[in-house]
Amino acid sequence: MKILRSALVPIIAVVLALLAGALLIQLSGSSPREAYSALFEGSFVGWERFGTTLEKATPLIMGGLAVAFAFKGGLFNIGGQGQLLFGALIAGAAGYGFTGLPWIIHMPLALLLGAAAGAAWGAIPGVLKATRGAHEVITTIMLNFVAANMAEWLCTKVWRKPGDILVRTPMIEGSAEIPTFGNIPLGFLIAVAFAFGMWYLLQKTTFGFEVRSVGLNPNAASYAGISTKRIVILTMAISGFLAGIGGSIETLGVLGRYEPGFNAGLGFDGITIALLARTNPIAVIPSAVLIASMDASASLMQFKAGVAPEITDVIEALILLFVATPIIVRWFFKSRQGEEISFGANWGSS
Amino acid sequence: MNSLFERIIRLRWWILIFLAIIAFTIFAGDFRQDPTTAILAATLRHSTPLVLGALCGMLCERSGVINIGIEGQMLMSAFVGFTVTAATSSLYLGVAAGLACGMLMGAALGGLTVSLQGDQIIAGTVLNIFALGLTSFLYTPGETIHSKTPRINVGPLADIPVIGKIFFANQPITYVSLLLVAVIWYSLFKTTWGLRTRAIGEHPSAAETVGVSVAKMRYLNLIIGGGIAGLAGAYLSLEAVGSFERGMTNGKGFVALAVMIFGRWNPVGAWGAALLFGYTNAIQTQFQFRGWLTGHPQFIGMIPFIVTIVVLAGFVGRARPPAAIGQPYTRE
Repeated sequence: MKILRSALVPIIAVVLALLAGALLIQLSGSSPREAYSALFEGSFVGWERFGTTLEKATPLIMGGLAVAFAFKGGLFNIGGQGQLLFGALIAGAAGYGFTGLPWIIHMPLALLLGAAAGAAWGAIPGVLKATRGAHEVITTIMLNFVAANMAEWLCTKVWRKPGDILVRTPMIEGSAEIPTFGNIPLGFLIAVAFAFGMWYLLQKTTFGFEVRSVGLNPNAASYAGISTKRIVILTMAISGFLAGIGGSIETLGVLGRYEPGFNAGLGFDGITIALLARTNPIAVIPSAVLIASMDASASLMQFKAGVAPEITDVIEALILLFVATPIIVRWFFKSRQGEEISFGANWGSS
Repeated sequence: MNSLFERIIRLRWWILIFLAIIAFTIFAGDFRQDPTTAILAATLRHSTPLVLGALCGMLCERSGVINIGIEGQMLMSAFVGFTVTAATSSLYLGVAAGLACGMLMGAALGGLTVSLQGDQIIAGTVLNIFALGLTSFLYTPGETIHSKTPRINVGPLADIPVIGKIFFANQPITYVSLLLVAVIWYSLFKTTWGLRTRAIGEHPSAAETVGVSVAKMRYLNLIIGGGIAGLAGAYLSLEAVGSFERGMTNGKGFVALAVMIFGRWNPVGAWGAALLFGYTNAIQTQFQFRGWLTGHPQFIGMIPFIVTIVVLAGFVGRARPPAAIGQPYTRE
């Protein structure tokens, strides 16, 4: 019953968004019914398509977890895009740079190096916030642009395969690949494991309690003896770590190399997913699958119903709009208002 | 006389930085007049969307509402302005439409934060994502407009060497932005409206006791601010580029927030900060022209973003934002 009640707001948001999307499709001269049946068919009908949906859901789960974890600590990480990118890039470099290692060592090593890169990239705004009071919303988004430039430089000057005209790393070694079992990608299972791991960390450990305390009331937390600076930096680093895993899996399990542009919009999708899941790590999984199903079927929607594939971006934005619109939340959660985290609380001051 | 001297002493570092920049510009311009003038004129052009965005953020924050959605307001207005111009082939209708769209986006932010009392940061992010999604969906590649807003020379002033080319031979929105800096400075610090705006950003309940409607004033500021961000959007599509691209704001809305903080929530300060950021963009072209660092264009591309981070990290602690910022106001 409790689960049903907490699922109510996201479900209503999704339904409202789909209705508004249907109106938009109708207005643009296509049939909403055809479009939505193509959406369903393109993402869930048949094992192969279902596998593709799970594959697309993987970086979204990690991006959603990254945003959700930062949320729990009272931080708004909109730099998931840059952290994913760094994870993907470093995993790609480690994937082709180390040779002669057995799979059991090479694959986890590349995965973890990518995650560490994401963690480092995420820790920068954490340090800037903790020591200098720079708000993470601006620093993380600025670091997205820096990361894109940095990756381009590394790919052209350091890691490019001679003769390759595209800006990308060489293909990774077979020993670094994350395999797919039948239609179920192992990367998806790794992401699911991280979702449960994050739930455990937040709910069952002292560190998780400290993170949540700082998120709800940093003053009370520091009065209780928690070092808020340490928690802010660690929260951002872990958030970046999760995003970095998402990037690593994309490189090692899907693309086989780092290519720029794979992460377009992933950071923002992470925000939608985290809010849709009401920052619950387990709920991030179905939320990400939902968003992934739209991405996976966008081309089929275009083919069958003649709708521009960007309609999925609009529907996703509408979902976010409805899920973040406080009045909907307030209708159903009158009693829970005290638990809201305010991100503007320490805007512009340390 | 004495106070002027004290002022110069107090601002000595800024004056030194300013002189250093001018000296470097002349050096980068190869000690010739034309390239030097070109760099400075480009600085002013590049600063236009930033100062407009910063003015938008300032009006919102001075009245107590954080506006993270400037980026989205700009993007949406850039798109609407472009589409209207493409349909009517009138640039001025396009600019007007951009302005109106910005005001509407401002009102939307007001709805989410003032009426519904939602989290301001999330509300702004919703605007950003929404604008990105909707413009991507509605934009049809290949649509074109045939001209950009024309350059207007201000009579004989435009013939003054160097200064004339920089300040008096610009396109309309750039002139408007300069005018707005003065108007908003005057309005914020010398009028009743400005006093009320600042009061509801510092201590809304005190303002309310003397009869100022916090909600009404916040809406007003958000709508005016949105209109200014709309102008910035129209600048991007109709004045700078003459077309629309997906995500063409490219982080300018966020850089504008850093400009606002750097300028200490003051229009004149923000103008100075915007010029500094505009300069980091303008000098890139000259770098390419002189062949400096051409092997590593990515590092030059990073400069504005890194400067933003450095500014935030270096100045935020020392500049004080309005006190009531970020909190929804409920009447007691």
